[in-house]
Amino acid sequence: MTRDLRVQTSYALLLAALLAASTLLVRQMDRVRSDEPLQEVLYIPSPTVLKRMSLGYSGLLADIYWTRVVQYFGTGHRAKAKHYLLLQPLLEITTTLDPKLIPAYEFGSVFLAQKPPEGGGNPAAAAQLVEKGVRENPQEWRLYYDLGYIYWLELRDPAKAADAFERGSKISGAQVWMRVMAAALKAHAGETETATYMWTNILNSTSDPSLRANAINRLRCLRVDAEVKILEERVDEFTRQTGRQPAGWEDLISSGLLRRLPVDPKGYAFKLVGSRVEVAQPDLFPFITRGLPPGQQPGDMPGEAGFKVLRNQ
Amino acid sequence: MIGRLAAIAFNTYREAVRDRVLYNLILFALLIVGSSLLFGQISLEIDRIVLINLGLTAISLFGIVIAIFIGIGLVSKEIDKRTLYTVLAARPVRRWEFITGKFLGLVMTLTVNALLMSVGFFAAVLYVSHGLGRGDLQLLTAIYFILLEFVLITALALLFSTFSTPVFSSIFAFAIFAIGTFSEDLRGFAGMAHGVTRWVMTGAAYLVPNFAALNVITQVAHNTAIEPRLILLNTLYVLVYAAAVLTASVWIFERRNLK
Repeated sequence: MTRDLRVQTSYALLLAALLAASTLLVRQMDRVRSDEPLQEVLYIPSPTVLKRMSLGYSGLLADIYWTRVVQYFGTGHRAKAKHYLLLQPLLEITTTLDPKLIPAYEFGSVFLAQKPPEGGGNPAAAAQLVEKGVRENPQEWRLYYDLGYIYWLELRDPAKAADAFERGSKISGAQVWMRVMAAALKAHAGETETATYMWTNILNSTSDPSLRANAINRLRCLRVDAEVKILEERVDEFTRQTGRQPAGWEDLISSGLLRRLPVDPKGYAFKLVGSRVEVAQPDLFPFITRGLPPGQQPGDMPGEAGFKVLRNQ
Repeated sequence: MIGRLAAIAFNTYREAVRDRVLYNLILFALLIVGSSLLFGQISLEIDRIVLINLGLTAISLFGIVIAIFIGIGLVSKEIDKRTLYTVLAARPVRRWEFITGKFLGLVMTLTVNALLMSVGFFAAVLYVSHGLGRGDLQLLTAIYFILLEFVLITALALLFSTFSTPVFSSIFAFAIFAIGTFSEDLRGFAGMAHGVTRWVMTGAAYLVPNFAALNVITQVAHNTAIEPRLILLNTLYVLVYAAAVLTASVWIFERRNLK
């Protein structure tokens, strides 16, 4: 080995050793500081100041902030956080830096609207965010759709939901069912009726076998929901008329409130338990919200899944 | 005259290449590949947008940094090394030819650098988008505007180089670039003032280079069409403004006592 090569090798080894040592030290420091609570701090809270400081490169900064939103929400979601204090300001900064960043409105509103620990539990802020998206991107019909979703299912405001669907339906490229959704909500149709409409649309507009099977299953469950509601009304009517609860379906048939033994879409007779109506085989109807035995939790809201499918079409 | 200009320009280009300016291409490639992989994993639904924003921002910022750091030394370095006396005294080169040649040489360096980066950038977009569409033509407009930015900043760096030290020239150049990105705000503020202040402020606002109109990166990332009229106006503006700055540079340089 020549002297020069020895010197070069020594320098390389020394450099590698020093870098390895510094890495080990940083790892030790991380361990020492791991107990420190993660501070929820926005160093520059003003979106306008940040936009000015970006010197025109605000698009890239918006991407970085959007990534921070995703990471912030994902970390909190995994830890089952009860509060997402930075979520709204981070989304405000992201959408001010790049008002055309559609995923920030679409996913950000979902993050904000869902109840903790699934989300920020702030549907009003979610609606505000999507309203901003609509103002900045008036030609994006899907944003009106998101807005309608939040107003209808999260804020329980069918009038504003109908308005959002109607405005969106006028945009070029919007799906036809947007207009009908607006009409259904304006006609004060209930959630079950509107969801039935949505799943019928999905069934008629797709050739995907699994999606069709899902739609048929959903429609069947919605039919059960509707029938259980009617049957419970008849039971109440019988109780009002006679002053006692019916002993069985025969009482309702003999009093003229029912024509025959009520059966579910699979052909099993509904059970009458006191004043409650139950399905005989709950496992056959995984999405029903009515007619479940006590203690069994209903699945997702009837409209929610339909919204997700239609949105992705 | 054209021969002398070309000789100075090519010499400036060769010097820059010899100074390993093009090494930044390696950093650019690493940045593009690394960020595409990273953002694909840690972000949501913005793979293509972040690639365009990051790629074009890197092309722009790398070029501006190179323009400033090379531009500020174009004249002062020649004075320090006393090579300027040889060029101006021993050869039939006029001072304005020297300044213009240096300017063209640096713009050529930056253009070659940006075009090489653009090839890598388009390859990355092709990979992420699985193809290129008509909308991607807007990306060429953004790159063209970045080249126009380089023309402006090179002229400005050269201007400062004719009368100031490299350190102060770089500070002035960075400052004027930052102020130029606020040019639209400055005109807005000037519009709110009254009387003489309004006239003075408006004059100052129009004197500042308009870098704001040259940055369309965020728009093209969303496939927003750039008006052809803006392309024409930006081109004319940069040509006129750069000519004005070069005239000022030559004027100052002509008055300098180089002995």
